[in-house]
Amino acid sequence: MELIIPTINFSAVYAEIAICVFALAILMAQVLVKPSQNLLGYVALLGVLVALLINTYVPSAMATPSSASTFSGLWVLDNYSRFFKLIFLLGTGLTILISIAYIKQEAMPPGEYYAMLLLATLGMMIMASGADLMPIFLGIELMSISLYVLTGFARSRAISNEAALKYFLLGSFATGFLLYGMALLYGATGSTRIQGIFTYISQNSGNNHLIPIGMALLLIGFGFKVAAVPFHMWTPDVYEGAPAPITAFMSAGPKAAAFAALVRVFLEALPAMHDQWVTIIWWIAVLTMSVGNVIALVQDNLKRMLAYSSIAHAGYVLVGFVAGGQLGTPGILFYMLAYTLMNIGAFAIITYIGGLGEERTTIKDYTGLGYRYPLAAVALSLFLFSLAGIPPTAGFMGKFYLFSAAIDAGYLGLAIIGVLNSVVSVYFYLKVTVAMYMRTPEPQTGPEPARPALAVAPMLALAVVISAYGVLRLGIFPSVYIGLVQNANLILK
Amino acid sequence: MNIAQLPILSITTYLPLAGIGLICCMRSTRHDLIRWTAFLTTIVTFVASLPIYFGFDESAWQMQFVEHVPWVQRFGIDYHMGIDGISLLLVMLTTFLSALAVLSTWSAVKENVKGYMVCLLFLEVGMLGVFCALDFFLFYVFWEVMLIPMYFIIGIWGGPRRIYAAVKFFIYTMSGSVLMLVAILSLYFMMYKATGEYTFDILKYHGFGIPAGTQFWLFLAFFLAFAIKVPMFPFHTWLPDAHVEAPTAGSVILAGVLLKMGTYGFLRFNLPIFPQATHQFVPFIFWLAVIGIVYGAFVSLAQDDIKKMVAYSSVSHLGYCMLGMFALNVEGLEGSTIQMINHGLSTGALFLIVGMLYERRHTRLISEYGGVMKVMPRFAALFLLVCFSSIGVPGLNGFIGELLILIGAFKASVPFASVAMLGLLLGAVYLLWMYKRVMYGPITREENQGLKDMSFREIAYLVPILVFIVWIGVAPKTFLNKIHASVAHLIEQVNADNRLAKTMDYGTDYPHH
Repeated sequence: MELIIPTINFSAVYAEIAICVFALAILMAQVLVKPSQNLLGYVALLGVLVALLINTYVPSAMATPSSASTFSGLWVLDNYSRFFKLIFLLGTGLTILISIAYIKQEAMPPGEYYAMLLLATLGMMIMASGADLMPIFLGIELMSISLYVLTGFARSRAISNEAALKYFLLGSFATGFLLYGMALLYGATGSTRIQGIFTYISQNSGNNHLIPIGMALLLIGFGFKVAAVPFHMWTPDVYEGAPAPITAFMSAGPKAAAFAALVRVFLEALPAMHDQWVTIIWWIAVLTMSVGNVIALVQDNLKRMLAYSSIAHAGYVLVGFVAGGQLGTPGILFYMLAYTLMNIGAFAIITYIGGLGEERTTIKDYTGLGYRYPLAAVALSLFLFSLAGIPPTAGFMGKFYLFSAAIDAGYLGLAIIGVLNSVVSVYFYLKVTVAMYMRTPEPQTGPEPARPALAVAPMLALAVVISAYGVLRLGIFPSVYIGLVQNANLILK
Repeated sequence: MNIAQLPILSITTYLPLAGIGLICCMRSTRHDLIRWTAFLTTIVTFVASLPIYFGFDESAWQMQFVEHVPWVQRFGIDYHMGIDGISLLLVMLTTFLSALAVLSTWSAVKENVKGYMVCLLFLEVGMLGVFCALDFFLFYVFWEVMLIPMYFIIGIWGGPRRIYAAVKFFIYTMSGSVLMLVAILSLYFMMYKATGEYTFDILKYHGFGIPAGTQFWLFLAFFLAFAIKVPMFPFHTWLPDAHVEAPTAGSVILAGVLLKMGTYGFLRFNLPIFPQATHQFVPFIFWLAVIGIVYGAFVSLAQDDIKKMVAYSSVSHLGYCMLGMFALNVEGLEGSTIQMINHGLSTGALFLIVGMLYERRHTRLISEYGGVMKVMPRFAALFLLVCFSSIGVPGLNGFIGELLILIGAFKASVPFASVAMLGLLLGAVYLLWMYKRVMYGPITREENQGLKDMSFREIAYLVPILVFIVWIGVAPKTFLNKIHASVAHLIEQVNADNRLAKTMDYGTDYPHH
């Protein structure tokens, strides 16, 4: 038998290669040269920057729509995947900026940390570009395994270990569903290619019961990854237990990656089943928004509160998915970019205030923060108002986009449920500003709490500045980005 | 460069931002410097708004000083500003009251002056933006943005229950406005389906023929947002909390300008965009307005806290505005518009006066006072004048507004107008009774013996309001002329479509000559 090696267009994977090379180089360097802790962080940052540049300019500037397919159709580099990669790389870059001082403070091994971070990013990039269920699955696994490790990275903290174990067990369980769903789809259609599945279903409008079952299992698997209700149970524990920079990371990139794959598979491979899955997702969206927001109301721990808020935000994104059309998918892209900026920004402040061992993460710890750390408090307020969807911030523009899509597609009820949910969410976001500005701190009984150990963390400050700039930029002058996301819409047949 | 070519509305709107920039550069301990900067900023803003007033062509109903620049082209969002006679007066009221509000907090706010002034100036930007915006998106941005500074003003510098009041204010207002957002988006896609154009231009929606059934629901969504803001009975419960807890300047701005955004919203959106629904809703709104008038007055009567009394009197007064507006005739609408200004002036002044008392005694309970006239004669005179203005004594501004509203209301519905008259009577009762208990009689409390009369600064911020109170009362034409053309056009819009609708309903063939 002759082995056929397909022609490979390497220019479609330059960014992934760069990330991979940097990840391995960091691992090697850790073993061989033992560089200083900070240096590895900067190297990882450099890797992200290189990948970001490649992603933006190769094969052509991102503003012009392009599409390239390689590895015999396993891989596609279109504007859709490129915009998602922009989100991942931005999220990873910001996470690294936050982590540099944190790693030092918590005395964590930097080599593994940054390498895992980059490998998780690589997994996400593969998920966004996979045009076949197999690379999508490989991407998910690469991302997830790296995340399991990162979640448990604070080895001395029991809560972190617990989170990692929970995440791993539940995550593997969900992966099982996903893989089973993929297997059923393959069994029914004879192909793992997204294109192949689409072609089979459109040509054989038969009663193959395996397809809906496979689809449902896929939905469960992806639902777990995006933390949609009722597959969200892991989120609060994992977000609370993981080191704060990792929580920031997890809430942005991996969630976006899961959406990237979910939207691509459902819109490109299963459009014929649209009527069936859209009703299910309508309900999941409503549940996700409502459950996330309502439970967030009673949380006292900020990390846990933002975990529930992140569930709710997945619900908003699902609204865009239900809507689809000219505005839906671009709305998802825009929203994920906005969410990445505002959520990582908020977590940067949480990391900063948390101090050594993240002792201070409850809302009570934020009492009077507006007077002790005025700049941090202003920044956190900005991010929270953005999360609540108050103009002129990215969060508002994003919600505006998603709910427009829903109304345009005729899902008026969903839009109304969505906006009412954002009113509910205002309450718990305001709770933090109330603590920061309006409550007087209780008189100190013990010794004066030490200043946060991260008091001098220029890179963390830089991450906050970038996020704040992005939040306002996307909120006030979004034109350029709206142009980009509109170009990045999936081209459906 | 010709002065007429300057984007004067934007300059006025964003001038306070320059003040914010300056204040941010200052050390937070330099309170006086910050106060002066804020005050001068508001004065400069007021001066900058004068050319708008004097350059306004009162014979035209069209939008003036229009600025129109694409903003987010793909969605048809434009940066579109412009004013007509109705918004003109509200813009002037805003710049005027903001300056006085800053002046009034000179000694009332002693902690964190920097943050306070930043919030006040930011609030001014939001308010001016709301009155000038002619693009739905832009309007919504300003409308929501202004919640943030007001929330902080109530929540940080307010009274004992400030946190509850601030959060309630925020959530109440926002729940109304998100539904408005959904309605705006529905309109937007409806427009696209009808004309193939994506636009948020408010003026293009004026007279945009929407089917009557749809109008009903869209009207309702806008109604909710604005009725909460006004506030109309039964959406008023946030108001007493917010007013009572807010610091003086916050109450002045809240009563003077923020509530007007609700009534302005009705004038700018509900009436011209949903003319048929407007006619449908008239009885409903009349009911709510009249209940608000009478209920607000009775509740005011029962208050033992002066500030709470003034707060509830706003519910009653705004009821008049709504009654006049939905009379849908020239008298009613002009009266309603001028009453918005009147209420801003007289209630603003009342809050300032309560603030003066509170600063001296740190209580607002009527029973804590009595005989104050003997120690504060100048204060007594000005206080009485303000009460008269609020009651609607002829020769002062309140009379003009209420008279016009009642003429309009009687033309529209005699029973409703008659009940509304009751509110006038009660207004005199609760204000004068309160005045009697606070000012007349012997001084019953030892602490009141040594109260100082008004300082120069206090006179400086109260007298300008009194000037306008008398001016509008004596020569209302000056101001009514400014709004006449706009109101006439508005009535034409509301009624023309209604006639058209009736024609269609009955299928009558009207002769076209």
